[in-house]
Amino acid sequence: MGYLEGFKVTFAQIFGERVTTPYPKEKTPKALRQHGRHVLNRYEDGMEKCIGCELCAGVCPARCIYVRGADNPMDDPVSPGERYGYVYEINYLRCIHCDLCVEACPTEAITESKLFEFSFTNRADAIYTKAELVVDDEGMPRHLPWEDWRPGEEVDTSAWMRATAPSGSAAYEGVVAWSGELGFGVRAPEADQVTRDAITPPPSDGHDDHGHDDHDDHGHDDHGHDDHGHEDHGHDDHGGGH
Amino acid sequence: MSAATAVVIAGDPLLSGEVDLATIGIVLLKVLVTFVLLLVATMLMVWFERKLVSDMQNRIGPNRAGPFGILQTLADGIKLFFKENLMPERAERRVYALAPFLSFVPAFLLFAIIPIGGNFADGGDGTVTIFGKETYLQLADPPIGILFVLAMSSIAVYGVMLAGWSSGSKYPLLGSVRASAQMVSYEAAMGLSAMAVVLVTGTLSTHNMVVEQAGPGLWGILPNWAILTTLAVPFVIFVIAGTAELNRPPFDLVEAEQELVAGFNTEYSSIRFALFFLAEFMNTVTMSAIFVTLFLGGPAGPAPWGPAWVWSIGWFFVKLVCFLFMFVWFRATLPRLRYDQLMHLGWKVLIPASLGWLLMLGAIRLTLDNDWNPALVGTIGLVLFLVFWALLRGANASAAARRELDEELTV
Repeated sequence: MGYLEGFKVTFAQIFGERVTTPYPKEKTPKALRQHGRHVLNRYEDGMEKCIGCELCAGVCPARCIYVRGADNPMDDPVSPGERYGYVYEINYLRCIHCDLCVEACPTEAITESKLFEFSFTNRADAIYTKAELVVDDEGMPRHLPWEDWRPGEEVDTSAWMRATAPSGSAAYEGVVAWSGELGFGVRAPEADQVTRDAITPPPSDGHDDHGHDDHDDHGHDDHGHDDHGHEDHGHDDHGGGH
Repeated sequence: MSAATAVVIAGDPLLSGEVDLATIGIVLLKVLVTFVLLLVATMLMVWFERKLVSDMQNRIGPNRAGPFGILQTLADGIKLFFKENLMPERAERRVYALAPFLSFVPAFLLFAIIPIGGNFADGGDGTVTIFGKETYLQLADPPIGILFVLAMSSIAVYGVMLAGWSSGSKYPLLGSVRASAQMVSYEAAMGLSAMAVVLVTGTLSTHNMVVEQAGPGLWGILPNWAILTTLAVPFVIFVIAGTAELNRPPFDLVEAEQELVAGFNTEYSSIRFALFFLAEFMNTVTMSAIFVTLFLGGPAGPAPWGPAWVWSIGWFFVKLVCFLFMFVWFRATLPRLRYDQLMHLGWKVLIPASLGWLLMLGAIRLTLDNDWNPALVGTIGLVLFLVFWALLRGANASAAARRELDEELTV
């Protein structure tokens, strides 16, 4: 009774494991290097890192960044250099989160947080201004009303910076080659690849599937038989065979 | 079988006496209860199906509206009410507007003849007393009974067919052509297997069928359900044909998403679509209720304590849910049939099988009633069976050979 095997399989799933995450209630953990919305970092003394060089705007393939630099006021400088980012706007209706701005930035001023869950209802909200992008006095991204932050999600705002040396050279792996951040200090480098691979071995065949257990293998077998059946019959009559 | 004489008058005792205000009140109450019950059951069925199918697919299913997502159907229905009611430019306007009702109204009417309760325990005749009047717990008990079921399901074909035809669009048309061919083909097998039940219970009326099945059956332990007295095969055929009649998986060629967008109702939106959707699930509930009535003794069942009619309603719903579960299980398990497989199963397997089984049941009945020699009847029956089976095989084989030849010639 090969036909009835399938009923057993589907019935058994009722008591099986659920693979769905009930999303708005719970969230799956985000990848360490996920590209989310940007933050503008500050040094540990509170100075802004952005020097208004517009390299991010220049490299942006979506042309979503608008920067205007200005000379630092002598008596109350905003950034340690000569100039600072006077206007800084990112249009999130256009941003494709490619992270090229982060690569281009010479001072690690712009980095990406993990946050992608925002739902604004007008264009003005979609264009993030400098006031919204710059981290607050604790060095944390500002929680805007239309954004969904959960506790802990705002911490990893510059994982990409810490993962690779600015030059992208493997020789600098594990070497601190970045400046300190307000609220976090100089972030520690990630463990090198050998150590990381020892903790979590890399997937062998390129993709990691959780769904393959005994039941699935069974299903594949049955399917194979069916295919043969069709080939045998071809276009002739199925009469009385069952 | 002897109980056939116990029920002489067909029809509800409520309407055989004089008609007064209480009678009208009871009838109106029954109409209301049936209507609401079916609507609520349909709503819950949509939810049940989505929830159970997601269970069988390791998902969670609707869980946002109300506890366990039970109000999801209501939310979807309200949403559909506020959508734009589109009418395609090339649609046949009147028919297009009429079609949803043609499939919705029969779905409602069908449920009217389902007995959902009554004092069937310990040889009861299924009547209950409301406001000092004896009546059945079913909206109507027409003498034609089960024929009404077949008639209504035939009319439902018109809804599907006209919807597809009047849309003025190719996919709905293809869907409706498939639907009418499929429903007409399977109705024959369905009718023949229902006739087997008519044969063993000796009545067309759904109420009397339940009364017949309520008594003690074989050896006093088994129930006298028609699934046993017709020896199970008509039940299996009826379930398969019923599933096909409902256009439910694995027979959902009518709305085969991969081929026909959404089938006959592709061009429908808003409340008209909701009517089709509702009719489909309402038919599922009603068809399950018909399975229960015909083969599983309807609301009949033991009543250990308390009023028997409460128990009977409980039994009815327990049996009903079993079939609803079965339908969802089918959907989660079986892949869709190809069109030629569908026609093959309907015409070459189900119709001959149900016809043969009906003849066999008739022969057994006659043999027992007339004290014929069982051995002789059995031998003749077997010979006839072999002859007809060989004929059927021969016809199939020659048709196949001719098709092959045709193909060779055309290539």
